[in-house]
Amino acid sequence: MESVLELEDISKDYPAHRAVNAVSLDVGRGEFFSLLGPSGCGKTTTLRMVAGFEDPTTGQIRLNGARIHHLKPYQRNVSTVFQNYALFPHLTVQQNIEFGLRRRAENHIDQRVRQVLELVQLTGKESRYPSQLSGGERQRVALARSLVLEPDVLLLDEPLSALDPNLRKQVRAELKNIQRQTGITFLFVTHDQEEALSLSDRLGVMSGGELQQVGTPEDLYLRPRTRFVASFLGLVNWIDGVGVRPEATRVTKGPAETGARSMPARVVQSTFLGNCVHVEARMDAGPTVVAEVSRLGESFSEGETVDVWWQPDDELTFE
Amino acid sequence: MKKPGVKWLAAPLAIYAVLAYLFLHLPLLILSGFSFNESRFTVWQGFSLVWYRAAFQNQQLKEAAWNSLIIAIFATVAATIIGTLCAYGFWKRSSPVLAGSLYMSLVTPEIVSGISLLAFYQWIFRFLRVQLGMHTVILAHVSFSIAYVVIVVMARLRTVDAQLEEAALDLGANEWEAFRYVTLPAILPGVIAAALLAFTVSFDDYVITSMVAGVDSETLPMVIYAIARRGVNPVVNAISALIVMGFGSLILISERLRET
Repeated sequence: MESVLELEDISKDYPAHRAVNAVSLDVGRGEFFSLLGPSGCGKTTTLRMVAGFEDPTTGQIRLNGARIHHLKPYQRNVSTVFQNYALFPHLTVQQNIEFGLRRRAENHIDQRVRQVLELVQLTGKESRYPSQLSGGERQRVALARSLVLEPDVLLLDEPLSALDPNLRKQVRAELKNIQRQTGITFLFVTHDQEEALSLSDRLGVMSGGELQQVGTPEDLYLRPRTRFVASFLGLVNWIDGVGVRPEATRVTKGPAETGARSMPARVVQSTFLGNCVHVEARMDAGPTVVAEVSRLGESFSEGETVDVWWQPDDELTFE
Repeated sequence: MKKPGVKWLAAPLAIYAVLAYLFLHLPLLILSGFSFNESRFTVWQGFSLVWYRAAFQNQQLKEAAWNSLIIAIFATVAATIIGTLCAYGFWKRSSPVLAGSLYMSLVTPEIVSGISLLAFYQWIFRFLRVQLGMHTVILAHVSFSIAYVVIVVMARLRTVDAQLEEAALDLGANEWEAFRYVTLPAILPGVIAAALLAFTVSFDDYVITSMVAGVDSETLPMVIYAIARRGVNPVVNAISALIVMGFGSLILISERLRET
């Protein structure tokens, strides 16, 4: 895949600490790439270095093969959707979206604004002010304002975190759709692993300023290289040094399948979650594990003696 | 929403408020009242506009008012531009030491500022062939008005989201365009309020002005003071009432703008 954005050994030092440490990354043209990590892991700082708001202490950033880390934000063909949207409150939707086109003295401004409004389904709201819009609409104005410039890379800084949870899933789908339709490269920063897994072509997990692992959602979920990546992407049962995901952990009253690793245990609690049941069991050997089982299968009650087992293929192992 | 409170307290509080405002403004009300008095003494003899007519016919007062207006306009424009940029600078990069030293000019007694400005001018004049005049008054007024402008504009800037400028830069605006098209519109009501305040402060000033004014640059407060010292003259009442009304409305406009 052709790279549009390359980070080479990027570090960022602040007086008191190192926010980003030796991050190298290639983002392919047209890719939906996510940076995932807890707050303070350096993902937003990385994004801000690409946007041009922060200078890397060392390392290089290349856009279309050309070095850009010495350029001002307005000299780079990237654009940011901010977490709080940062819409201009004194300008209408139309004027907000025109802003970048006017600064670049581009042609066919009206037509391009109309097209992008259609894309984000805001036709008819041109003359509203940001204060007259709902949270979801503001988010789409912010998106349109950047998309209309046709950036080489669109940078999104937790753009869904200010929305309420019901809306978030819907907007997530829209975002993915818009990315597919426009073919614009998205660099998406989030701390929500479900968001990153469901949206991304590839993602990178960051922790403590370092990039832990890069890969497809499947890669990272099934073959995490570190314990941090494994636990950040979902629940893990740690048994004798190996990790097993709850959906790969089985609980039965009868014997285990052949070839499975099996341990006797006692049910501590069974929690009904609607689409599945979480069975918590304490193994005689020590640790407590959670198994995600179908609500259509066996049911378990507190204190029952069971077998906990899993297939060796489902074990997460680390170097 | 119903405001919390005790019913029987409402009436006493209202009376208290009226008394407090009377204490503040009764002198001005009496002055305004006597400016319409036919007699030149503080005995009411009937309504008359004779003192207003006298004020408008007084050549010295007219010249002084004109001087004050010119000085206030120039000082306001300069102080507003400098003060706004100064506040913008503090907003971008906070500097408690620089901001604090700026506010020093607010707490320095006026007479001290006046004397030090005079000393400064006299020292400078040894190198430059200039004399005290309108320009020295304007410079003095610019210097003490800046702090007022900075305070008012800073208060407005604190309500502005700093990320808006980042968004502007991100969308292709350079630093000047980001200020011009995003931050300035957001703080404009504050800037206008600051300008009105600077205008008022400049027009009113007596102490500093009297130290640095030349023979051709007597301002309205200086002439009023001179007339008042010569004895009771209701022309002073009339002109003072006019000033109070004029600037009262300016301050009201300024307050309105600060709230938007």
